[in-house]
Amino acid sequence: MTPAPLVALVGNPNSGKSALFNALTGARQKVGNYPGVTVERHAGRMALDDGRPVELLDLPGAYSLEPSSPDERVTRDVITGAQAGERLPDAIIVVVDAANLDNHLRFALQLIALGLPVVVALNMIDLATRDGLTLDPEALARELGVPVVPTVAVRRRGIDDLKQALAGVIGHGTAVRLAAGDGSVTDDIVALQRRARAIALAGTISETPVRRWTHAIDAIALHPVAGLILLTAILFLMFQAVFTWAVVPADAIDAGFADLGNAVRATMPDGVLRSLIADGVIAGVGAVVVFLPQILILFFFILLLEASGYMVRAAFLMDRIMAAVGLSGRAFIPLLSSFACAVPGIMATRSIEDEKDRLTTILIAPLMTCSARLPVYTLIIGTFIPNNPVFGFVRLQGLVMFSLYMMGIVGAFFAALVLRRTVTKGASSGFMMEMPKYQWPRARDVLIGLYQRAWIFLRRAGTIILFSTIILWALLSFPKPPAGSDISEVNYSVAGRIANTITPAFEPIGFNRDITLALIPAMAAREVAVAAIGTVYAIDDPDAPAGQESMIENLRKRWTLPTALAFLMWFVFAPQCISTIAITRRETNGWKWPAFMVGYLFVLAYIASGATYWIASAIGL
Amino acid sequence: MDMSTSVMISVTLEKLPRRQPATVAGIDWAQLAVPEARRLRELGFDEGVAIEVLHRATLGSGPIACRIGRMTVALRRAVAGAIHVSTP
Ligand SMILES: Nc1nc2c(ncn2[C@@H]2O[C@H](COP(=O)(O)OP(=O)(O)OP(=O)(O)O)[C@@H](O)[C@H]2O)c(=O)[nH]1
Ligand SMILES: [Mg+2]
Repeated sequence: MTPAPLVALVGNPNSGKSALFNALTGARQKVGNYPGVTVERHAGRMALDDGRPVELLDLPGAYSLEPSSPDERVTRDVITGAQAGERLPDAIIVVVDAANLDNHLRFALQLIALGLPVVVALNMIDLATRDGLTLDPEALARELGVPVVPTVAVRRRGIDDLKQALAGVIGHGTAVRLAAGDGSVTDDIVALQRRARAIALAGTISETPVRRWTHAIDAIALHPVAGLILLTAILFLMFQAVFTWAVVPADAIDAGFADLGNAVRATMPDGVLRSLIADGVIAGVGAVVVFLPQILILFFFILLLEASGYMVRAAFLMDRIMAAVGLSGRAFIPLLSSFACAVPGIMATRSIEDEKDRLTTILIAPLMTCSARLPVYTLIIGTFIPNNPVFGFVRLQGLVMFSLYMMGIVGAFFAALVLRRTVTKGASSGFMMEMPKYQWPRARDVLIGLYQRAWIFLRRAGTIILFSTIILWALLSFPKPPAGSDISEVNYSVAGRIANTITPAFEPIGFNRDITLALIPAMAAREVAVAAIGTVYAIDDPDAPAGQESMIENLRKRWTLPTALAFLMWFVFAPQCISTIAITRRETNGWKWPAFMVGYLFVLAYIASGATYWIASAIGL
Repeated sequence: MDMSTSVMISVTLEKLPRRQPATVAGIDWAQLAVPEARRLRELGFDEGVAIEVLHRATLGSGPIACRIGRMTVALRRAVAGAIHVSTP
């Protein structure tokens, strides 16, 4: 049996390839309104109208066949058959932005010249209309010598026509090859660009000037003063929302887990199994799942920023500041994504052209406050910081949260500054980026994004967090102290003994035994720290009712304010995340850089926590 | 740099007033790094193309956002300084 034909979606960045891929295959690839969303190949299956299966590839966007960043290299390799373990595609769908034919047709011409069967998807026809353009697909098809199908990927318009056109060219490669390979296409970009402009002109029936509201918005969003105020306001609103909007759903989840824990304690006979379920699974995992609403609110904001087209504006505004530390505004996009999670953030650095720039961005990405820190921050802030109003609607808790975020950002800039002058020294890189038009975020995309994140979070809670919590529970529960011993159960256990051994190393920075107990399993994932605290106090204080309330009481009883602040600072800097270390290894091809990253971040964490503890103690907090 | 043929060249994109329509008169490729020059070509910068400065970070030396053809492109001032434009 011959394998299904392989078809690749290729085109300029942000032309709608992933949106088309989703429309054609029913997949849910990430779509976003900025160049560089897709950074690796994704395969999917679709069927043509006659039932023939087709294997479809979604590829990173590129401007030409000469790659300037790692993601563009993937595209070049796949469509020229140079990718190891991948066959040459049987056809390509060239996706062009109908509102920007002048530019996108140039790459289309290069792709057509490759000689593979081609269908051009004239995507974003709706935006072209919004811009007052009327296009003539037939004229374009005549000029290009390949079928041209108008589509609106996000509304699934033109999808059937596209499939039909595809069915027409697959297996009829030679005819297309003759039409396109007439020698008039050269590799000279300027010449191709001129030809593209001529074709675009021939394919445009009329153009009515319209008022472009993208420009109107940009008048504020890109304004040197107003723009920066807007950016700060957006970020501040985001953190404030994370802290205030989640209260009601989080309380409901907490109540649910508390009821569950109490029910288990009431119905099961006292014993190891009851302790495992009530103290380990429910107290530990429940302590983390409570933060689902917060994490979703954070992702909601980031998804809106990504879908609206604001990301590139933020990059534009930040370029000046980024340049001062040796980076470019482009690096701000992966860093902003790292507010959600450093793993996709580090992946997104593949669209950064300069190798040293990219490496620096990878090394500082873990300093961006990711969503896994939220449970830790929220628990500690909620326990130790009073929620007094400071001014207007701003409250102290939100302000402390915001400063922790700022601390991460400042730390990252400082780290970049030092790294760029030492280990990642190199010529300063440039900043050149296409700015997409603003788009209204689509409810469907945002909901799918939220659903996927919720699922990932719950899966983490059910696997890595559950697993670490159970191990910690076991290490905390055995061996049991002999009857009549005045050593507490925790201190007598394996984990307690380990913690008591290493705690002296952390005492100078104000950490107590409970914190070292939480930090070790939290190497797996930051949220585990919260789960671990939940488990430690559930075992230590078995008579307390289940739920967050008794955890907070225990914290207040056993931690001082300087200790709590030092603990927060630790989490600003410490590289407590296996996945981040693993992705860094993958993206830098070796252990050298992840080892370096872990080392410098631990040193920073230790110094920052120590300084915080001593200053806080000295001023009598 | 071949600019002997044109007498209109007097201003670079860096100095072009905001919202003043202009066309690209010539690009001083020698002033640009190789990857920068290539990306500039790929984004459609070429003699005769209509260009306009949309936004400019007036504080310090931030980047410039310009309209080129149907695109909005952000670039740094050093690059803009290599792009010569003529105004009608
Ligand atoms: N109005 C409109 N928007 C579209 C259309 N197709 C895609 N979009 C939007 O355009 C943006 C880019 O879409 P993507 O599918 O992520 O583009 P891409 O080509 O995969 O981009 P990269 O992966 O960055 O190369 C998203 O905001 C989409 O919602 C369309 O036909 N009409
Ligand atoms: Mg994509």
